[in-house]
Amino acid sequence: MGYTLAEKVWNSHIVRHEDGKPDLLYIDLHLVNEVTSPQAFEGLRLAGRSVRRPDLTIAMEDHNVPTIGIDKPIQDLTSRLQVQTLRENCAAYGIHLFNMGSKDQGIVHVVGPQLGLTQPGMTIVCGDSHTSTHGAFGALAFGIGTSEAEHVLATQTLPLQPFKTMAVNIEGSLASGVTAKDVILALIAQIGTGGGQGYVLEYRGDSIRNMSMEARMTVCNMSVEAGARAGLIAPDAKTIEYLKSKPHAPADEEWQAAAEYWLSLGSDFDAVYDAEVTLDASQITPFVTWGTNPAQAVAINGKVPNPEDFTEDRDRSAAQKSLAYMQLVPGTAMKDIPVDMVFLGSCTNGRIEDLRAAAAVLSGRRIKEGLQMLVVPGSMQVKAQAEEEGLDRIFVEAGAEWRFAGCSMCLGMNPDQVPAGKRCVSTSNRNFEGRQGRGSMTHLVSPPVAAATAVRGYISTPADLHLIK
Amino acid sequence: MRKFTEHTGVAMPLKQTNVDTDQIIPSKYLKRVTRTGFEDALFADLRHEDGFPLDDPQFSGASILVAGADFGTGSSREHAVWALMDHGFKVVISPRFADIFRGNCGKAGLLAARLGRAEVEDIWDALDENPGMQMTVTLASQSIQCGEKEYAFEIDSYVKWRLAEGLDDIDLTLQADTAITSYEVQRPAFLPQIEAS
Ligand code: SF4
Repeated sequence: MGYTLAEKVWNSHIVRHEDGKPDLLYIDLHLVNEVTSPQAFEGLRLAGRSVRRPDLTIAMEDHNVPTIGIDKPIQDLTSRLQVQTLRENCAAYGIHLFNMGSKDQGIVHVVGPQLGLTQPGMTIVCGDSHTSTHGAFGALAFGIGTSEAEHVLATQTLPLQPFKTMAVNIEGSLASGVTAKDVILALIAQIGTGGGQGYVLEYRGDSIRNMSMEARMTVCNMSVEAGARAGLIAPDAKTIEYLKSKPHAPADEEWQAAAEYWLSLGSDFDAVYDAEVTLDASQITPFVTWGTNPAQAVAINGKVPNPEDFTEDRDRSAAQKSLAYMQLVPGTAMKDIPVDMVFLGSCTNGRIEDLRAAAAVLSGRRIKEGLQMLVVPGSMQVKAQAEEEGLDRIFVEAGAEWRFAGCSMCLGMNPDQVPAGKRCVSTSNRNFEGRQGRGSMTHLVSPPVAAATAVRGYISTPADLHLIK
Repeated sequence: MRKFTEHTGVAMPLKQTNVDTDQIIPSKYLKRVTRTGFEDALFADLRHEDGFPLDDPQFSGASILVAGADFGTGSSREHAVWALMDHGFKVVISPRFADIFRGNCGKAGLLAARLGRAEVEDIWDALDENPGMQMTVTLASQSIQCGEKEYAFEIDSYVKWRLAEGLDDIDLTLQADTAITSYEVQRPAFLPQIEAS
């Protein structure tokens, strides 16, 4: 019996295996941010321990950095304290830190891949659940808590219980206008926010193979919204092509061996998965959430569901609660919902292809009067690239705001928040109550849908824009 | 970490499913840099809602939380566990926990006990009849005593052992230092390394 991709990566990182105990797994790369790390460093210091491998650790200022006026001190005192604490900890322990506004700074899940720090077959952890993004390269990448972060800092390992594997087959081809974001929203709507619980998801099938690396990252990013620990995709020619020119990719003399190794990681033909789901890609349409978890989503041509139509009690009461919070009436067409704000960005959809897709829709158009649109590139490199391509001008001319890189309105830890009672269409990954600001209402969508919505002022696809001048 | 053997305390029902970590502790409280002092942040937005049990005098001093399924979904923030512990909770019961949350509980020393959905609803009924009642949770026998009834809960055996012994994970791992070093020697040379600048 063969092994799955995830099992291969796991097996090649076992430092110690003892029956009845978790495996001790070696961690190739530890990503650290300002929000979840201070207590890990505090614990380390209190116990008189040091960082075992600062050279396998990088730190990023991303979660609460402002996206305007970044040359000035951070206004919010607690945010400033967290960033300051991270700077002190990195200096004390010799960890490379990406300061806000510097050339390679950005959301850590955007920066890792673009620097080539994310490579197939690696184990990658971060005190952030969307670490699953890096799985697009065939790495086993997952979020950890602060105690686990402290454990990795001290030992470069983690004791972990084996997970189960789930094959997620996205068969057939996607219709035009359907993006990776719609695929993952459709999957989560099908299997639920707990559907992937205890599993590592492996995305397979034609539509995954046809996706760009960036689109694959969007899919893997939201694995955690289906409850999965991680999601991954077998490395192929696209993976290798993407990595080729990256600063941290293997050097010339090592490149061939590395590439061969990466291609050998794909699941064996006789590998056995603990579970399997299949989605017919041709049936997927642009998706949008109506509720307060990512599984509460419908096709964009659909309607706000009626809670009475749910057969399970708990789904019904959850839907009632969500609709009350979202101030939505059952039966309303999704495309009739008016929107106050649009957020384009985050580690789900803040990469250059996402900005290009949105800019293509906005080019030569204006966003709706009174609507606010924030465009926050996922990294400073994405920002520079977009500016080189003139995308920033398209956004600004359309009436959107062009910002510096960071997590921004995805979780509203910086000043970029959705005010209470305002409705935001967002390319991020979580529509939880209060996620974008207390009382904020969030609808998750793809970048083209976000852009079209900004123009029409109602949830829309680019195809709907013929309705207006 | 403190050893966990048995705990008796007031049980508080939380009759909701999918209580995510943003609800347990809203993100604005994540800006602190200390490891304790999060009691005021627990359910900070929800606790003002009508009927929310946290500040209900009937459940004052509660130390056992009995929640619906999919408790602790969403972000990896361990602050959710600290906030529960700082507020005085020693045990959380749910039919299903989010993976990362459950892992964090095990690390920090909060007992996350899995019970069947029907059993949780049973306990809710008992607490409705008798608000403020105490329950006893025993780790060795994995049992919950609620009035006359006893329920068997599930917990991962390794986490159980660590909680029972009060063992710190890092100390345990550092005992394997030689194994870690020999693993490091054979790592492929092409793997990325980043020097501090
Ligand atoms: S963009 Fe959002 S989801 Fe991604 S790392 Fe930042 S806060 Fe987390």
